[in-house]
Amino acid sequence: MKKSLSQRLAILSDAAKYDASCASSGSGRRDSAKSGGLGSTTGNGICHAFTPDGRCVSLLKILLTNFCVYDCAYCINRSSSNVERARFTPEEVVWLTLEFYRRNCIEGLFLSSGIIRSSDHTMEQLVQVARDLRLKHGFRGYIHLKTIPDASPRLLEEAGRYADRLSINVEMPTVAGLEQYAPQKKAAGIRQAMGEMRLKIDAGRERSHTGRRAERFSPGGQSTQMIVGADAASDQDILASSANLYGSYGLRRVYYSAFSPIPDASALLPAKSPPLQREHRLYQADWLFRFYGFAFGELTAGRADGMLDLELDPKLAWALDNRALFPVDLNRASKEMLLRVPGLGVKAVAAILRARRHQAVRLEDLARLNVSIRKVRPFVQTPGWSPARLTDRQDLRSLFSPAPQQMSLL
Amino acid sequence: MTRYVLTLEDSAAFEPWREMARAALQRAIPPEAIDWRIRGGETDLFGQITDDGDGLEALTALPVVKTVTLRASCIALLRDLLCHSDPGRFALAYRIAWRVQGNPHLLEVVTDADITRARIMVRQNREDCHKMASFLRFREEPLQQGEEQDGRRRRFLAWFEPQHHILERIAPFFSRRFTDMDWVILTPRGSIRWDGKGLVCSPEPCKRPELDDGFGELWDTYYASTFNPARVRTKAMRREMPGRYWKNLPETRLIPQLVAGAEARVRTMAEQELRPAPAFHERLRAREQLPAELMPDVAENLEDLAARVRTCTACPLHCSATQAVVGEGPADARIMVVGEQPGDQEDLAGRPFVGPAGQLLHEALGEAGVDRGALYLTNAVKHFRFRLQGRRRIHQNPEAGHVAACRPWLEQEIALIRPKLIVSLGATPLRALDGPGMAMSDVRGTSWTVGRGENAVWRLALAHPSWLLRLGEGAQGDSERQRFVEGLARLRDFTDQSGS
Repeated sequence: MKKSLSQRLAILSDAAKYDASCASSGSGRRDSAKSGGLGSTTGNGICHAFTPDGRCVSLLKILLTNFCVYDCAYCINRSSSNVERARFTPEEVVWLTLEFYRRNCIEGLFLSSGIIRSSDHTMEQLVQVARDLRLKHGFRGYIHLKTIPDASPRLLEEAGRYADRLSINVEMPTVAGLEQYAPQKKAAGIRQAMGEMRLKIDAGRERSHTGRRAERFSPGGQSTQMIVGADAASDQDILASSANLYGSYGLRRVYYSAFSPIPDASALLPAKSPPLQREHRLYQADWLFRFYGFAFGELTAGRADGMLDLELDPKLAWALDNRALFPVDLNRASKEMLLRVPGLGVKAVAAILRARRHQAVRLEDLARLNVSIRKVRPFVQTPGWSPARLTDRQDLRSLFSPAPQQMSLL
Repeated sequence: MTRYVLTLEDSAAFEPWREMARAALQRAIPPEAIDWRIRGGETDLFGQITDDGDGLEALTALPVVKTVTLRASCIALLRDLLCHSDPGRFALAYRIAWRVQGNPHLLEVVTDADITRARIMVRQNREDCHKMASFLRFREEPLQQGEEQDGRRRRFLAWFEPQHHILERIAPFFSRRFTDMDWVILTPRGSIRWDGKGLVCSPEPCKRPELDDGFGELWDTYYASTFNPARVRTKAMRREMPGRYWKNLPETRLIPQLVAGAEARVRTMAEQELRPAPAFHERLRAREQLPAELMPDVAENLEDLAARVRTCTACPLHCSATQAVVGEGPADARIMVVGEQPGDQEDLAGRPFVGPAGQLLHEALGEAGVDRGALYLTNAVKHFRFRLQGRRRIHQNPEAGHVAACRPWLEQEIALIRPKLIVSLGATPLRALDGPGMAMSDVRGTSWTVGRGENAVWRLALAHPSWLLRLGEGAQGDSERQRFVEGLARLRDFTDQSGS
């Protein structure tokens, strides 16, 4: 019996939820004021709901189909899984997207698919959805498309014309991990596709000498995802891989997805609860790289096992390992150094730089900037405050470590 | 000191406040002397209506003692500020306007208590706008009797309870997004109406309407399915979606049962027995098992060679590079040009000499009158070697080990193409072709032959174009570039004459 639309929506959204990417940002602003159609993007993205897993619902994240010829151990849709299979027609996806959008439930569509028949066949279907949304329905909301490796350049070009962001998941941080868990996926093919996308994205941003814009290509750039905790890769391996991805392909985001148990799991992967804290630390490290001027290598340099400290955030852990650089004079230090002070965020640093042009910044002023005095105190120096021996205290770390917890009996 | 009582509507209207504030500032009335009130809420802390001050008329009767100016940035801040619902907003706005007169940089002093408070309020307004854009839900209004859908704009209705006076501020967001449908947004602080032509905001408080178009079920299905029971983090959810919004978000009804059932679902997954894979999996894998054709040791043609080079793992460079970049050009080319290694652009595109150095080479070839299409272009090392600096890849010279690992590929290329002249660009290909004995400085610009008789091949050593790029446009750069073009001109001897 054919499954109802609602049943298929349940199957194909369940199948897509392990992709962490949800951003509806980074594509600039546009709206329908002139076109008289439907949809806009705000530049910053909007989350329309949150589920009890703490993740936002921003895009309608679904697969076109969860049939797949690949057999990737970590994936709920791998060919050896007995999960229920279903497929949407492109028209159904278009209809669902528009109706949810009109009710202000979503910012747009995140569309992926299992690989059916060939790369080109799969990609053609994804592109058709995006093309229909844009051209037939004048939809100006956000579209995120998955790119299928080895799809033809013509399809990639078309995808880039309609999509705000393209992505292709590397899934495993190391080539060896990919070979082990995703035998049909080829790291080389993924990199090649990313390289090709980077060239097109860069070209799309350029203007000719007459100021004419190049043809639009994925203005929100490209992103990827790595699964954390499925293979033996250390945080250092993962971050080294991120560094290469950001540097080589100009990715906007690398998402880290703690491997979480799936129904009908492969025997290769023992079921255990997802390493959420580890995932959180990786995101923090990623943030420090993207906005705070840290190199990934610095963050794991002081860690013998190549794993980030689970108890302390990576910036604090780094500061404790590099105490010779502290305390920092809030009124004199460079922006780069202020960004490295634990407890000071990008906004606080901007505010300090602004305020200190007019008057000296004191420790108590920081409270007004939403800064935790307790956290920054040992690392900064202001008129009226010097941490003296606090910075050098042997047990400084224990001041920040979470209180010990009694282990559960069971 | 005379006290003045100034009363305003409980709205975000800026102009009335601005008129009063200007009048007061012009008469140098200090903030302490003004009691800003909201109409309808004219009570003090003790619930008493206190009316112990003079009104606006008394104030305007005083003589103007000074001129007042406010910068645009200050006006923008105060305009934002007055959207807040805090009854103290008028007094705070006046205090800031007053203090700015003496200290024009006040707004920059983010550590100032008034400025901090103002910025917090502005941020709260912005958050309120954001929450409204996020959590408001439209429902479609049914067709009225006798009405046809054909050609008619669809009609939608929404209910939301904003914290602050933000309707006018947020209205354009909705009209620019939901342009092709008619809609009405009702709130306790007024309403917004859009019919495709104009936006109408009304301050008239509204009552919550009945909302259901039967579409909620599909959304509930999506919401429940996209939840991952293995990572319950309700605190994070509540932080982003505070409880006060839940009553207008129907999907939140599902939260208790989703949370309650999560643990059992995870346990079921863990305890699930391994089942045999479905039949189509076996068919797929069987197809994969077909024995691959065995490759002979030596490549038979350039395509075959390229396929082999792309899978090369002879040195560690393949780990970080995107792909091996193989040579390009006619298989019967008389001239082979060997560069150092692919650069950033070449690595991404998978083709040799497409980056800035390649660009320079092409220009120089054009100036030297050499047809580029007749050349076979390749590199001594096929993978890009770089180090990362933030988000940039910085080119690094390949080491002897990388050159040695790649030499078999270069040798096979030469064997397949059998060029009459091999041009090396820079030191790396020189070493790859002729061994470590030759110094670039000794041989640059010179040519010689290797081999005898039938197998004799001419060699020409030139600088690498990227070196010319680094020299830039100065006197040395220009003369070296000239020298490079002259060197390339010698390629004409090999392209012009046919035969020999």
